[in-house]
Amino acid sequence: MNANEIHDRIKDRFPDGIVEFKIDATVDPFIVVRPELIRDIAVFLSSDPELKFDYLMSISGMDYNDGNLGVVYHISSMEKRHRITLKVKLPKTDAQVPSVESIWKTANWHERESFDLFGIVFQGHPDMRRILLPDDWEGNPLRKDYKAQEYYHGMKVPY
Amino acid sequence: MGLLDKQFEDGNIVITSIDNLLNWARLSSLWQMQFGLACCAIEMMAASASHFDMMRFGVIPRATPRQSDVIIISGTVSMKMAIRIKKLYEQMAEPRYVISMGSCSNSGGPYWKYGYSVLKGVDRIIPVDVYVPGCPPRPDALLEGLMRLQEKIRKESRVKKNVEGLIQPAPKVEAV
Repeated sequence: MNANEIHDRIKDRFPDGIVEFKIDATVDPFIVVRPELIRDIAVFLSSDPELKFDYLMSISGMDYNDGNLGVVYHISSMEKRHRITLKVKLPKTDAQVPSVESIWKTANWHERESFDLFGIVFQGHPDMRRILLPDDWEGNPLRKDYKAQEYYHGMKVPY
Repeated sequence: MGLLDKQFEDGNIVITSIDNLLNWARLSSLWQMQFGLACCAIEMMAASASHFDMMRFGVIPRATPRQSDVIIISGTVSMKMAIRIKKLYEQMAEPRYVISMGSCSNSGGPYWKYGYSVLKGVDRIIPVDVYVPGCPPRPDALLEGLMRLQEKIRKESRVKKNVEGLIQPAPKVEAV
């Protein structure tokens, strides 16, 4: 299936779930969906016999620097040999999105990474804690407005 | 080194000073802590392998700090790891030595400006005896560093204070 057909199929099932569809994106066509529906859409994408998205390639966090954070899901189907990119946008003040860990196990560590570096909370994740930085680190370093702390356990952080 | 200079003609007797004997023993069997951090660790492994054969200098990797004499900080020291390194260093029995291998461990290296999670030089938490420059240093460079450390140990004294090569006190770090 190509991106258009995948988009139409999601649109049929979730008529008001799609915020934006960009077929002529620079790299891959992507679909922006409403964050509260991402889990339902993921269930549909992975279980639908025509789509069969069985493989989550990556989850990336984003900071759009306009007050919004984002999550980008790259998914593909081994069997159907097609792929698509999903995006959600979240307000920085309340960055929460349902977890897709129960559908694709890959999401476990990837969501923890986005939580660690962007502070995006994935609701329903079984183990939502930092993955790279120490547990008592302050702030989320990949946010555009991040300022590193002066000291960590007595060690100076900036040079 | 002069240890065998004063050997008697016959009999199994060698005379030397305590300093000479202990220094010779220590520098000839520098047991290294089996510990690697980043890409420098790959070069360190190459130095241990057959081409460079660090073992001919008496360097044997030990899997515990309790039995190690030297720790080679081979790579980027993140803040998270720094706490562990400090802990490992404190678990080593004295006399203990530190070789800082590569730019990251010397000064933060390429992460010195934007690396929020990187400690800007391992000498901020533990005293370093020898700095080996490079990114990463070749095994030859590490061996050179090791030999420098051996020369440093050779000059140590248990009697004379403030001689070159004596271990400096650890820099003050609160509550690591």
